[in-house]
Amino acid sequence: MPAAAQNQIRNLQGNHACALAAVAAGCRFYAGYPITPSSEVAEKMAAELPSVGGVFIQMEDEIASMGAVLGASIGGAKAMTATSGPGFSLKQENLGYAMGAEIPCVVINVMRGGPSTGMPTRPAQGDVMQARWGSHGDTVVIALAPASVTEVYSQTVRAFNLSEQLRVPVIMLIDEVIGHLVETVAIPAPESLVLVDREWASGPAEEYKPYAANGGDIPAMPRPGAGYRAHVTGLTHAEDGFPSQDPAVVARMMERVLGKLDNHRDLIDCYETVDCDDAEVLVVAYGVTARAARRAVRQARAQGLRAGLFRPVTLWPFPDQALRTATANAHTVLVPEMNAGQLCLEVERICAGIPVVRLNRIDGEPITPQQVEDRINELITRE
Amino acid sequence: MSDAEQSEFEIRDYLRTDLFPHFMCPGCGHGIALRALLWAVHELKISMDDLALVSGIGCSGRTAAYVDTNTLHVTHGRPLAFATGLKLARPDLKVVVITGDGDCLAIGGNHLIHACRRNLDITCVMLNNEVYGMTGGQVSPTTSNDRYTTTTPLGNHEPVFDACELAAVAGASLVGREITLQTPSLKDLFKAALAHHGFSFVEVISDCTEIYGRKNDLGNSPEMILKQKSSIRPESYGNAVAQPFRPGDWKTGILAQAERPEYGDSYRQHIAAKQTATKVNKN
Repeated sequence: MPAAAQNQIRNLQGNHACALAAVAAGCRFYAGYPITPSSEVAEKMAAELPSVGGVFIQMEDEIASMGAVLGASIGGAKAMTATSGPGFSLKQENLGYAMGAEIPCVVINVMRGGPSTGMPTRPAQGDVMQARWGSHGDTVVIALAPASVTEVYSQTVRAFNLSEQLRVPVIMLIDEVIGHLVETVAIPAPESLVLVDREWASGPAEEYKPYAANGGDIPAMPRPGAGYRAHVTGLTHAEDGFPSQDPAVVARMMERVLGKLDNHRDLIDCYETVDCDDAEVLVVAYGVTARAARRAVRQARAQGLRAGLFRPVTLWPFPDQALRTATANAHTVLVPEMNAGQLCLEVERICAGIPVVRLNRIDGEPITPQQVEDRINELITRE
Repeated sequence: MSDAEQSEFEIRDYLRTDLFPHFMCPGCGHGIALRALLWAVHELKISMDDLALVSGIGCSGRTAAYVDTNTLHVTHGRPLAFATGLKLARPDLKVVVITGDGDCLAIGGNHLIHACRRNLDITCVMLNNEVYGMTGGQVSPTTSNDRYTTTTPLGNHEPVFDACELAAVAGASLVGREITLQTPSLKDLFKAALAHHGFSFVEVISDCTEIYGRKNDLGNSPEMILKQKSSIRPESYGNAVAQPFRPGDWKTGILAQAERPEYGDSYRQHIAAKQTATKVNKN
């Protein structure tokens, strides 16, 4: 039978699609604090969770929201929160806890610019680097940047799956434009979704070690009440879960935790390529900026200019191999971003040897297709 | 009492003794408080599989790890936030927070007042030793006046927080305080708190002998604890006016108790009622 027949066609704004996708992905706990431009995610979760037996709570602040999400996840619930730049800053310490103690969680960040309160109702891609490096110490995180409401839905489901499978926080970096954009979405039938649940500890409790990966790299989680009586801590710990400062133990544990994403890049990497094969100028753009870039590349091609688009959906870890392949024939890489230059730093690192040109906009307006097209024209005709 | 029929309480049965030697300084009151808490758990026959101890950062935060149960050692000031999520996701668990005066009243103060207001079924145990012991002895919101700490070299001039008054006015439905000298009384207070359906707050007047006591010439641990005895005013014996031989500032015993809807019950009942109403309306 045609899968499309089972899809439900709806007009949805990105923030609502995000909430509906979370519930469809099995999210049963939401703790949050109101913040523009993400608040519709909380509002939709408040409306949806009770009818599926879930819990919604508006906490006293952003820090408490993140703490409650982690407490619920440790208890066994798929859990999520949503925020924007300033709130995302406040969540960073507990996000680091989730990284170190390997607690699955999904954080929706409908971005705005900064520094500080910035422009709460204007779009910006301000938190690309905060998502990767916002918490102290060495960090491990996945960040996804959807470019349409449909993709908000599919990537939110994917965020839960990756978080559960890899025991790592997954950040959704959504542009304000996408969060508030209303588009037609074909919501997949619930039974067609592939959902992943974390592996729960099984076997004899006396032999169980909560952070022993047992040949793999992702340990099974102890479900409170199941008899494993494990210790969970933000202190650097040994396989038994208890704090350790033994250099050999610390090195071993840190290597596994910080390295685990590298072993699963096939699951994590997600990107789109448009006309990259022979592209002289490759545009690397994400989120709503990629929509402008796509149009610009199409226009450039119509004029016979060899432009291409590489659109990472997974921003962290960056799909570096795919970008290297996409730049095989590029003499210049153009990175348009709604910030003063963030992802371009990663692109420069990956494309060492190829000039990386920036196109930044920090005035609270999206980058237009014309702006990107003009830059492509300049870069190609300059040759 | 029926308690006499129970097997005798042996603290080692409840501890991860393979983690010994433990972390606490000689004379620290936190171990006595932990003993009283586990004694209460024993008498209430709470399953260690179904108990979750959530602790923050500081000396208090390190006590939970020694208990053979589900233990969460979380970020500084946030154990009540983690516990709120845990309890809402898992109402079947008995969730107890162990926190300190700095963890609970300073960095975590916002979480405390809102946890009290919500009245979720969590027991919050605040071990008050009047000082940031882990970081070397800095002033805390409960440091007594004129006491010396590393950040009050001229003596503390700041007003002292009364955690129990704060918890009571914020809505905690059971509030109590006890000193470690009266371990059976402390155990009974813990029993009342653990048996209470709602948010219970217990402040334990603990002692930091090594850092705070030494800095302020308060003597060794027994001397510190005896001094605490002279500074309390057990509510069960009447107020200070009637008991002039007990002139202390700190009221002890159960200081506030009220029957209020428990947050989780209220949440679930509210939803059930609204959903029923919606169905009726649709029909």
